Amino acid sequence: MREVLFFIAALGAIGGAMGVVLLRNAFYSVLSLVAHLVALALLFLLLTAEFLAAAQLVVYAGAVMVLYVFVVAYIGGVDDPGLRQGGAVTRLGPLFAGGILIELCIAVIGSGLDALDGQGPHVAAGFGSPAEVGRLLLEKFLVPFEAASFLLLLAAVGAIVLARRRTGLLDEADELPERAGEVPIGGGGEPHVPEEDPHPPAGTAEGPGDPTVERGDDREPVEAT
Amino acid sequence: MSITWFVVLSAFIFCIGAAGVVTRRNPLVVLLSLELMLNGGNLALISFSRMLGNHEGQVFALIVMVVAACEVVIGLGLIVAMYRNRIPIDVDGVKEMRG
Amino acid sequence: MSAGGWGWLILLFPLWGTVLIALFWNALPGRMAGWLGSAAILGSFVASIGAFLSLHSKPEHARIVTSNAFDYVKTAGVNVDLGILVDPLSIFMCLIVSGVSFLIHVYSVAYMESDAGYRRFFAYLNFFVFSMLLLVLAGNFVLLIVGWAFVGAASYLLISFWYRRKTATSAGIKAFVMNVIGDIGLVIGAFLLFNHTGALDYAGVFRGAQHASTNEGWLVAACLLLLVGAFAKSAQLPLHTWLPDAMEGPTPVSALIHAATMVTAGVYLIARMHPLFEQAPTAADVAAITGTATLIVAASIALVVTDLKRVIAYSTMSQIGYMILGVGSGAYVAGLFHLMTHAFFKALLFMGAGSVIGAMGGEQSLDKMGGFRRAMPFTFRTFAIGALALAAFPPMSGLFSKDAILAFNLDRGGGYAVMAVLGYVAAGLTAFYAFRMVFRVFYGEPVEQATELEHGHLWHPEQPTNPATGEVEDTDVGFPGPEHHVAEQRWPMRFAMAPLALLSIVGGIVLIPGVTTWLDDWLKPTFDSSRFIEQHPSQGAEWAGIAVGGALSVMGIFVAYSLYMRRRGATLGMRDRMRGLHDFLFNRWYFDELYDRLFVRPVAGFGRFGQGFVESALVQGLLVGGATGIVARGTAFARGIQTGALRAYALLVMMGLGGLGLYFLIVSA
Repeated sequence: MREVLFFIAALGAIGGAMGVVLLRNAFYSVLSLVAHLVALALLFLLLTAEFLAAAQLVVYAGAVMVLYVFVVAYIGGVDDPGLRQGGAVTRLGPLFAGGILIELCIAVIGSGLDALDGQGPHVAAGFGSPAEVGRLLLEKFLVPFEAASFLLLLAAVGAIVLARRRTGLLDEADELPERAGEVPIGGGGEPHVPEEDPHPPAGTAEGPGDPTVERGDDREPVEAT
Repeated sequence: MSITWFVVLSAFIFCIGAAGVVTRRNPLVVLLSLELMLNGGNLALISFSRMLGNHEGQVFALIVMVVAACEVVIGLGLIVAMYRNRIPIDVDGVKEMRG
Repeated sequence: MSAGGWGWLILLFPLWGTVLIALFWNALPGRMAGWLGSAAILGSFVASIGAFLSLHSKPEHARIVTSNAFDYVKTAGVNVDLGILVDPLSIFMCLIVSGVSFLIHVYSVAYMESDAGYRRFFAYLNFFVFSMLLLVLAGNFVLLIVGWAFVGAASYLLISFWYRRKTATSAGIKAFVMNVIGDIGLVIGAFLLFNHTGALDYAGVFRGAQHASTNEGWLVAACLLLLVGAFAKSAQLPLHTWLPDAMEGPTPVSALIHAATMVTAGVYLIARMHPLFEQAPTAADVAAITGTATLIVAASIALVVTDLKRVIAYSTMSQIGYMILGVGSGAYVAGLFHLMTHAFFKALLFMGAGSVIGAMGGEQSLDKMGGFRRAMPFTFRTFAIGALALAAFPPMSGLFSKDAILAFNLDRGGGYAVMAVLGYVAAGLTAFYAFRMVFRVFYGEPVEQATELEHGHLWHPEQPTNPATGEVEDTDVGFPGPEHHVAEQRWPMRFAMAPLALLSIVGGIVLIPGVTTWLDDWLKPTFDSSRFIEQHPSQGAEWAGIAVGGALSVMGIFVAYSLYMRRRGATLGMRDRMRGLHDFLFNRWYFDELYDRLFVRPVAGFGRFGQGFVESALVQGLLVGGATGIVARGTAFARGIQTGALRAYALLVMMGLGGLGLYFLIVSA
């Protein structure tokens, strides 16, 4: 029974991983990662790590992925040719990754660790419960625990700093790039002079975020992707 | 079914994530592949924790999850800031490290 | 002061002189450099006299004094001190060298007066005298080689003194290259001796050589190599071609270096090394034969060359051939006696020639000279005295010294007697060409330069030219100065020539057979160990030899007189009739052409090959170009990695990780 579950979960994990890497649409990649995370949670359960399975689902699949979804919705799919475009790095990357995979497999399978061949020692019923993990967090690993919380604080502050508005809503820099003819959300304020933009976003069929629009700052235009 | 299978699976996930980091041009997908690698590592940690019979690996994996979350937050914030400043969302576009 | 102390003083005076002149040449006013140099050599001469008296006051057996300044090298097996050897032979040489050098310095004060390189000249000249004295006073082979090399360097510096003249610099290079060939022989000979005797000081080497059997292989080889050095320095066949070309240097240089001192270094070497040569008679015979050959060849060439200084140069070569014959066949005292008298009259002849050339405005060809007798009486008389001494006219010193050598050789008999006969033949030729010079320069119709001088006015050419090639020169540094000087008008030149004339006349007194034995007695401590020291021809034989020599000399002078005075132009007819022989002699037996073909052209060709193939293609192209090319391409490749592309860097990280993993897998396997 356990083997069946393992194989199902393994298939889900690998399938999700492949989906993340291979799918062209960023949104689909996010969704396949979610599937991957759920499969991983199942694997954790198989390893009697119940607390961590729950944490994985709640934190990772629940919170982090939602964050991802928001950002992908905001930015939208960049026209990413994915794996099709070629280029030396794109060809060599999977090759070396495969090499690393083979090395790791050799290391694991050929290692002299006998314990790997078993299913692990016979553990008590409460193995992997929140109580056990919590006890370790507060006794032996108190300092890493506190450091991790500190890190979370830092990340929160950093995210806010990065994403904050500099001035009010009426700042040009914060306005959403327009589609032709639309009135921007929030009133807009001063009328926009369309001829400021050297390339008015005519190609909006690709979605907002046409990266070729320049506003006079010296960024090099990206080649047509 | 032994612990070996879990560890080999984690190696798989890790390498798929590594290939994704190198291959994709959309920074969002690169971050997602980074998450894959971290997850692979987590799986290995928990496998070894089961193999050894103590919870230290699980605690480690929990902390890794915390770190991953923080990293995702900052990374996405960066991408949003890039988008707002009309920087092209393309990993190949930033070449200031050249030379 | 001890003899060793005097010895060091002999060396130090010219050294101070050259250092002071070289360092303070700008601060010395006017002609002070010349007087300073002369004073330094005078100090050296006085020190030589002091050493002479100091040695004389010692008993005979104690007259060999060594003095060490400090231990130079003292390691396993090698023991070299900075030591000088003060013994009768060295003091004899020092007296001659410093005495004649002093007179030549005084002569040069006037002769080089208007030359722009005046101070440089005296610095070089003092350096030369220091080197020669070092060579003579050296007590071991190391110092000998040092002195030997310095003398060669000084000769080069002085021959190409007028360095803007191409002919002068070429001559300097030629002299230096041949001297270096000699140096190589000397050094390798010294190595061989050190190898077999384990000592570098003379006493040790001589002791070691005593253990060898007669004509043992290594000893003969070492002596032959020493001979190579001696022949190069003394301009004997086959290393003689540099000496005539060395006449490109100023006349005082020719007088000092190429008459009285440097070229006698070879003679001194053989005399000093006589224990070795007596143990290796083969080498001594080679020396004697070479000396004989040289004296004949040189005398024959001197019959026909037309450059005044070159006639005297070939005569030098010939006379040194006599000296080499002397010391090679065991007549050490006789050879050194001839060295002394030759120094006197040859320096005198060169000084006189310098005066004549000054009157001619730099022209040196005999064809253009004539009739200077009335215009230059002093020069004429001293030149004539020198020529008489050279011709061995009785009772000049030259007669006694030359015949001492020849009588000794006749007495030894066998091959040596043959060589002595050849020596007498050459003596006749010597008398002839000596007076050829006198009659052509001083007798006959006065040329325009002579008539001008009779009125007290020195003739100058419109443009200064190189007498050899005729090309026009300016009188900057590196060319002779615009002014010339003659003895009649400059007292330093007369001051120098007069004592030499006197000594040429009376110098024979030190060793008149049967009457005085001063030189014999003086040099006895040095040559005590020689087996020839007791060998003397009988008095009758000696006086017979002198008579023959005197007769030959008179005959030679008479033939010259009749050819040049009585029947003017007779020699031109002779030349036309014997064109082949004349050209052979005039072209110096074609030695220069032979060497050019044998050595110069192959070496030049090899040099071109080296330049073209080895230097350009191999070193520049392959090694240098290859090295820089590899570095350039390697760095270009390394630069190519820095693309700035993020994914490429990530790939590199992965590659590194893979490599690391591979390493650990292999190590743990």
